[in-house]
Amino acid sequence: MVTQSWPPDAELVQRLCDRDEAAFALLLDAWSAGMLRLARSFVTTNASAEEVLQDTWMAVISGVGSFEGRSSLKTWVYRILVNTAKRRGERESRIVPWSSWAPDTAEQDEPTVDPARFQRPTQEYPGHWREFPQAWPAPEAQLLTGEMRTILAAALDELPPRQRIVITLRDVEGYTYDEVCSILAISAGNQRVLLHRARASVRGALEEYFATVSETPGTGAGR
Amino acid sequence: MTMLDCDQLVELVTAFLDGALDPDAERQVVEHLALCDGCHRYLEQIKATIRGLGELPPGRLDDATRATLLAAFRDTPS
Repeated sequence: MVTQSWPPDAELVQRLCDRDEAAFALLLDAWSAGMLRLARSFVTTNASAEEVLQDTWMAVISGVGSFEGRSSLKTWVYRILVNTAKRRGERESRIVPWSSWAPDTAEQDEPTVDPARFQRPTQEYPGHWREFPQAWPAPEAQLLTGEMRTILAAALDELPPRQRIVITLRDVEGYTYDEVCSILAISAGNQRVLLHRARASVRGALEEYFATVSETPGTGAGR
Repeated sequence: MTMLDCDQLVELVTAFLDGALDPDAERQVVEHLALCDGCHRYLEQIKATIRGLGELPPGRLDDATRATLLAAFRDTPS
């Protein structure tokens, strides 16, 4: 999104305070798509996500004068989005009241890969793969088919909300570790646990999908 | 120094990709990956998953919403 001509935050904020419509349109067009996707990870419907987006921009319009520059403007806008979406998500009971980002015991302790995939202590190589994961088709051949998009979107949708929110920011939107800590006010450790489980689940969904489309059993070559 | 088993390695991939492991653990992961095709493949599949997620199409701002917000921007005093 950031191009060579992208204005620095201080300039953008000044222009927004001066009600420069072109500056607002610039932000609206550059950030709304990603914001919508993040909002959708908190709430149950696309319509709700639209409303969260709209409420967020309204809050930005009226509150930009109070932006102090302690984070980037974008992070500040995303924090408003997260707070708006949390309230909305709680109202829709998609998410439990937001007391904490701490993973629950199962998220913290349970293996992310089925223990049955590994050899038991009595076998020749305890803890090692019983069978290697099947190879997937080469990414260039497969990764962006419409079907894969559907699988990925469905896998995200099935994740527990906190895992979905973290993986959406990190892997779908491409925010860095530190940015996600800052946007969500989540600790590094909690973020990593949630991200780790989320990635393992989504990988599992792809694995299942490739297993059903692969027509060459045994070799693992896919095609 | 104990060697990592595969079932332990798969739980370290996220910290490994983030560069968050201590040097000793990181060295063990690298050594394991060098020798184990299964874990190497697992790691590559996690990376492929991340790439795939990064290529999902974004949402789109509805034209009517965009017009409403631009109007609100014009009409709200700063």
